Amino acid sequence: MWDYIKLIALGLVAVLAAIAAGYARDLAYQVNAVEVMLAAAIAFIWVLRTMGSRQPVAQNEYFDGVVRAGVIATTFWGVVGFLVAVIIAFQLAYPALNFEWAQGYLNFGKLRPLHTSAVIFAFGGNALIASSFYVVQRTSAARLFGGNSLGWFVFWGYNLFIVLAATGYILGATQSKEYAEPEWYVDIWLTIVWVAYLLAFLGTIFKRKEPHIYVANWFYLSFIVTIAMLHIVNNLSIPVSFFGSKSVQVFSGVQDAMTQWWYGHNAVGFFLTAGFLGMMYYFVPKQAERPVYSYKLSIVHFWALIFLYIWAGPHHLHYTALPDWASTLGMTFSVILWMPSWGGMINGLMTLSGAWDKLRTDPIIRMMVVSVGFYGMSTFEGPMMSIKAVNSLSHYTDWTIGHVHSGALGWNGMITFGMLYFLVPRLWAREGLYSLKLVSWHFWLSTIGIVLYAASMWVAGIMQGLMWREVDSQGFLVNAFADTVAAMHPMFVVRGLGGVLYLTGGIIMAYNLWMTVARQPRVESRSVAAVPAE
Amino acid sequence: MDYHIFREFADSWFLIFMFVFFLAVVAWVFRPGSRKTYEDTSEIPFRHEDKPANASEAGESRSPKD
Repeated sequence: MWDYIKLIALGLVAVLAAIAAGYARDLAYQVNAVEVMLAAAIAFIWVLRTMGSRQPVAQNEYFDGVVRAGVIATTFWGVVGFLVAVIIAFQLAYPALNFEWAQGYLNFGKLRPLHTSAVIFAFGGNALIASSFYVVQRTSAARLFGGNSLGWFVFWGYNLFIVLAATGYILGATQSKEYAEPEWYVDIWLTIVWVAYLLAFLGTIFKRKEPHIYVANWFYLSFIVTIAMLHIVNNLSIPVSFFGSKSVQVFSGVQDAMTQWWYGHNAVGFFLTAGFLGMMYYFVPKQAERPVYSYKLSIVHFWALIFLYIWAGPHHLHYTALPDWASTLGMTFSVILWMPSWGGMINGLMTLSGAWDKLRTDPIIRMMVVSVGFYGMSTFEGPMMSIKAVNSLSHYTDWTIGHVHSGALGWNGMITFGMLYFLVPRLWAREGLYSLKLVSWHFWLSTIGIVLYAASMWVAGIMQGLMWREVDSQGFLVNAFADTVAAMHPMFVVRGLGGVLYLTGGIIMAYNLWMTVARQPRVESRSVAAVPAE
Repeated sequence: MDYHIFREFADSWFLIFMFVFFLAVVAWVFRPGSRKTYEDTSEIPFRHEDKPANASEAGESRSPKD
């Protein structure tokens, strides 16, 4: 019965998408409609072919299939995102790489949102969904809520969102809001997927067998709920036509700017921080084989972080049309935010107290520790840059770019790599990783890559800021904008090289994980050995 | 609900509510006897790694496995 409803719904979606593709007013919308049609058709065929032959859901096992798929997607999108990153870094250093034949499609302006969405939403998002599904099942001692279909719907639905967004960007569908570029119909689709995600996560917590909700789940849950709120409010827009990608924002002017940066900064705060802190609170204790340093601190950390982060957005709009009180409020909360951030960092680092020797022997824990270290560094740098006096120098310069990347490459990237190295042998029941030596190579390549990136952007950004404000004795500006661009060329090249190192590390990781599954001997019935048969 | 009423409520009563809520959370965390509870809770990642808990062993699941 349920399968017939699915078939009817999928068939309807495919037909409607085909009609929409026919009536499409622009290329991006047309290609997106064809993609939706293909996805619905493939799902239709899959449901039809497996009808009646699907295995019943085994409640005495964890649902790891979707986590495995998420791990593969994370690795794949990671390498893609890093590759696009390196391309656009060299496009900035050598503008000739914006090829004439690819003008309007593969120039910097088109590839830049592709890069940010690929690393944040495709790489980071898949890492968050996969790890949250893994963690919530283990810490609730219950199988994922919603049978198998809900989990798979979240995974495939989310990745369809990424494909729709990415092709849309290249073909020109964008609402020009940083990190919220996807147009209205892609936003609606993400909302549906996100509600399913919340349902699967919350449902698992509801049927948990542990009396308490482990702190990692608190962070994951706040990430899911807050992203839903931010996504809906920042994407309030009215489509010009049902058959076109263009939409008009409901807010305008400074209200729109404030909404955008309320969204933008909390995407950092809840997507890239709270969600990844959930990862930290599970995987660091697991890899260190000891419980978190202070559980009390983790609770205070949680509540302080979520109460403060939501107010920090206005620091993106210092010295603009935004009222002074709002920008001062944003600055104040950003500075206070330093405290919970460092509380969390200390909690993560001190989890290793008494096990520091593991740093010498275990490159995975080394990765996690460096990640938490970069979290501490960028959560100090951020509050400092939000102070108006500092911001007057740093804003609009490449210092901001350097800051974002020390957080993204250092904190988000490294903790995700640690998580992947932890998960792959367990998910595929393999005896450890293929090569710890390659993990060490990955560790050093990415660490040196980040250092090159951050250091070159500090120099470039501060130089740029100082050149912009330089005036001569008559009060005239000394430098044209193009002068700063020319002066930054060497730093742009160094930044590109840092990116190459980071990308090489990512490829080494993909190879190592592949070989782990392909070559490592299987651990026989790991799952049966631990629990007495019943 | 116009902007001014909203705004005034937000920066008076609701601000106080959130602040008091936060202080209450901190006080709650340091309540007597919390150490024992949290020691047990912080061990959650080290149980049930391979299989969900069954209804029959739910009681046993509280004792940390070493």
